[in-house]
Amino acid sequence: MTATVAEREVGRARLRKEDAHLIRGRTRWTENVTVPGMLHLAILRSPHAHARITRVDVSAALRSPNVVAAFTGADLADLQGVLACAWPVTEDMVAPTYTPLATTEVRHVGEPVAVVVARDRASAVDALEAIEVDYEPLPVVLDMEQALADGAPLVHAEAGTNKCYTWVFDSAQAGTGGDVAQAAAGAEVTLKRRYVQQRLVPAFMEPRSVLVDPGQDDITIWSATQIPHILRFLLSATTGVPEHKIRVIAPDVGGGFGGKLAATPEEWIAFAVARKIDRPVKYTESRWETMVSAHHGRDVIQDLTLYARRDGTVTGLEVKLTANMGAYLGLVTPGVPLLGAFMYNAIYKIPAYRFECTGVFTNTTKTDAYRGAGRPEATYAIERIMDDLAAELGMDPVEVRRRNWIAHEEFPYTTVAGLVYDSGNYEAATEKAMQLFGYEQLRAEQRARRESGDPVQLGIGVSTYTEMCGIAPSRMLGALNYGAGGWEAARVRVLPTGKVEVVTGTSPHGQGHVTAWSQIVADQLGVPFEDVEVLHGDTRTSPKGLDTYGSRSLAVGGVALAMACGKVRDKARLVAAHLLECSPDDVEFADGAFRVRGTPTAAKTLAEIATAVFTAHDLPEGMEPNLDSDAVFDPDAFSFPHGTHLCAVEVDTETGQVTIRNYACVDDVGTVINPLIVEGQVHGGVAQGIGQALYEEAVYDSDGNLLTGSLADYTVPSAADLPSFTTDRTETPATTNPLGVKGVGEAGTIAATPAVVNAVVDALRPYGVDDVPMPCTPERVWQALQQAKEAAA
Amino acid sequence: MIPATFDYVKPTTVDEAVAALAGAGDDAKVLAGGHSLLPVLRLRLAAPGLLVDLGGIEELRGVRLDGGALVVGAMTTHAEVAGDPQVRDNAALLAQAAACIGDRQVRHRGTIGGSLAHADPAGDLPTAAVALDAELVVAGPSGRRTVKAREFFVDYFTTALRPDEVLVEVRVPALPGWGAHYAKVSRTAQAWATVAVAAAVRRDNGTIGEARVALTNMGPTPVRATAVEQALAGAGPDGVAAAAGHAAEGTSPPSDTTASAAYRTHLATVLTRRAVARAAGFIAVDGVPSPRGGTE
Repeated sequence: MTATVAEREVGRARLRKEDAHLIRGRTRWTENVTVPGMLHLAILRSPHAHARITRVDVSAALRSPNVVAAFTGADLADLQGVLACAWPVTEDMVAPTYTPLATTEVRHVGEPVAVVVARDRASAVDALEAIEVDYEPLPVVLDMEQALADGAPLVHAEAGTNKCYTWVFDSAQAGTGGDVAQAAAGAEVTLKRRYVQQRLVPAFMEPRSVLVDPGQDDITIWSATQIPHILRFLLSATTGVPEHKIRVIAPDVGGGFGGKLAATPEEWIAFAVARKIDRPVKYTESRWETMVSAHHGRDVIQDLTLYARRDGTVTGLEVKLTANMGAYLGLVTPGVPLLGAFMYNAIYKIPAYRFECTGVFTNTTKTDAYRGAGRPEATYAIERIMDDLAAELGMDPVEVRRRNWIAHEEFPYTTVAGLVYDSGNYEAATEKAMQLFGYEQLRAEQRARRESGDPVQLGIGVSTYTEMCGIAPSRMLGALNYGAGGWEAARVRVLPTGKVEVVTGTSPHGQGHVTAWSQIVADQLGVPFEDVEVLHGDTRTSPKGLDTYGSRSLAVGGVALAMACGKVRDKARLVAAHLLECSPDDVEFADGAFRVRGTPTAAKTLAEIATAVFTAHDLPEGMEPNLDSDAVFDPDAFSFPHGTHLCAVEVDTETGQVTIRNYACVDDVGTVINPLIVEGQVHGGVAQGIGQALYEEAVYDSDGNLLTGSLADYTVPSAADLPSFTTDRTETPATTNPLGVKGVGEAGTIAATPAVVNAVVDALRPYGVDDVPMPCTPERVWQALQQAKEAAA
Repeated sequence: MIPATFDYVKPTTVDEAVAALAGAGDDAKVLAGGHSLLPVLRLRLAAPGLLVDLGGIEELRGVRLDGGALVVGAMTTHAEVAGDPQVRDNAALLAQAAACIGDRQVRHRGTIGGSLAHADPAGDLPTAAVALDAELVVAGPSGRRTVKAREFFVDYFTTALRPDEVLVEVRVPALPGWGAHYAKVSRTAQAWATVAVAAAVRRDNGTIGEARVALTNMGPTPVRATAVEQALAGAGPDGVAAAAGHAAEGTSPPSDTTASAAYRTHLATVLTRRAVARAAGFIAVDGVPSPRGGTE
């Protein structure tokens, strides 16, 4: 900020402070935490997708070696509380009661039914086999459209319907744009498309784990969670244990991707059991348990109708979603599609827009936030249909986008969905990406392969995305009926020796906040990067915060930190003026120190000032002897990263295999604190987006058993499947926060999926293929070719 | 993901291993590299009372030439098989198949004996063994016997190995100078084969003198594509595609979450054409790059 360019930390590709202990295995995962007297919990889970529980008998398990206790749902009924959904998106939304342990009915395979507590984990798992449960199977409904049909089996009989809610946004009604009916009437081109967002599993590396220590008078919970603060609030609110008697610690957490943005049955069960037996209890799940019990992502049917003129101008867009909730509502399950509702218009000047989403219950694991949450779905659909429009009109897909996107001089721009995009430069990012990619050369090669009838065809996919992140302005969340705000808190403590302790309300689980926050503080206060300690993930040291998800940590929490640093600087300036015997107005913070304007050698460093404050021998009259500050930032607006991703794939038309030949992306995430971290986020995000495009899918059989219950069947790509990514950036600072930052955690995932699938479809258009359902496996590609061949015959 | 309780012994000779098995009846399992057995135990799909770990038996490890046969010890790892010059020179197909198993970690731990004895229909080495007419030497209480690879694989995950026997070594007739190619399609780089085709070809003046072709995951056991082999005898580059058209004859491919039987049938034909063309040095016939996982 105010240090000289040479000394600036912000913008430096600093290696991460976090990595030494991660690489050397010196981590403290929840599973590694041990407390005296700790017992181990194992959970018996339903083998049925839908059944009435007529009897649960744990008596034989109680007689198993090393077993201390065993409980049914009924045993814990008065203690276990309920799992709350924090986002009732409509007033008439169906929100069924969701208990951690099922008591009378199970509604998906893997739902917890009973627990065993033993002196060691193996004994607990062994004893599960001795529990007797009688189930009376009930009809199962898995398909969303069948679930909505008359006479369908009901997931929740008492609700009388499988429909959870219908939520509508209409630009004509909202006053943010025109009427889609008029757009339909005047359309020269009408495209109707159905895209299917397959069900995904957030495959974080560290399985979920929770340890509850009832302690003496207060309860400590270690959990592999993204949301220690929200977890504390919810545990208190749903179990009646006073909030100040609960301490939540998120120690090292090995990835989340939204999958640990959750209040889980397992956390609530461990909390209840530890209280019931007054002993510390730990539970760590197996990968199968992750697959069946941790929430899933996506699983949405998208019906789009796009209206346009023959010159490529889009005149209207209708979106109708059918979104799978699964069997229950998780923390933000129903709201996930709404995060996409404002993004289907994307970077385009679409004059009329209507969005409708219907949430549906099925006998499957619940869905909830997964990296991007609603925005990848929206971006996929609009970017796919823009490519289809280009194909329909015989236009280059980049040209069609150019004719519709918001030009850089038009910012700030109010969209048809009512959001104000503060900044962006789609032209610059696209131009740069096309150059890096070699767009024209690849198009020439594509033409050559098409002409020669090469069995391996080349396809080029375009994705010009934006997203809304930095979640979020509290008032906007309130307007959407979300149960909490979106502010973030930070605290800065300057220690007597001039070292700085920072307390953040964000809860990193791989993002590198310790490093990035240190860089921000170093510039803000003129202290060395190494002199900053960042404390997080413990409600006792960091009592205030709203945690990490939705690419919010930097754009909200980082800004709060800068604000807290500003307060420290303001006070330090007063102390410096006092020590330098001049007016505070004559002191400036420059080159990392407080200097007398015009006499830069007369200066005090923060360390000198800290010592003066510590001794308090000679402070300005009435000044409190500390150099600490708190700040809370509640943004006025979302931030809007954007970028252009280009993917070239080789499609073997004989085997259907897709190989990514070239992937280039230019992202604009605003001001960059640490380019290395940004690049890592883009690489990981793109890999995950490719995972959805080509590899990943959670599959159920007709009885509701998850067939992809391990990482052998649920195929997550590894480095060996992925190409080298060519990444670059443009930097258009956000105007809605003082750091100019936007957020990067989800951008790659949002952008990559449509770029890859557009490329696959582009390769196959000469064969008459205009869609390949995700994931575009070799067989799906082959089938698409077969169907096109049959249709042509 | 915690196995049920079991006893564990780690003998240092084959005789000790056989003796340990003899005392346990059907309740014992042999542990080689562990890459198939340990997941089975952790998922509690099996709960043997005893594990006999072959990891301490030196005599089971290594590669040697014995007359006209290449002999590979059962505990030789995939990485060792893939990298061994004697294997590459005399049974290139085996080296290629070993090189595309799983990932590096798996290849440095998994063993040829473990892979053959596990008899996963999607496994790569059983197909190579069948294609190469390998013989498997097994040791039991009454001594050693030899089983032809084509008779060793009985059904899904089922072999001619008796509960009290240990697979000791694999004897492969040396085929120096033969071309070979293992063509594999899989969902990810480290996944099991959706379908793979093993081809070994004796080249004869620009034509195919003799061909051996076997298919992975086209039935409960590796399938020897004899109709293809017959059609290939004496074939030149133009004859490969027609011969490959017989690839799916006599197969019974599964339909599962990875792929349908119909797609597997199609793949078998395409991959047979490519594997044979490459093994024969007719690459120009195709001009198609090697499918992922296949190696030269």
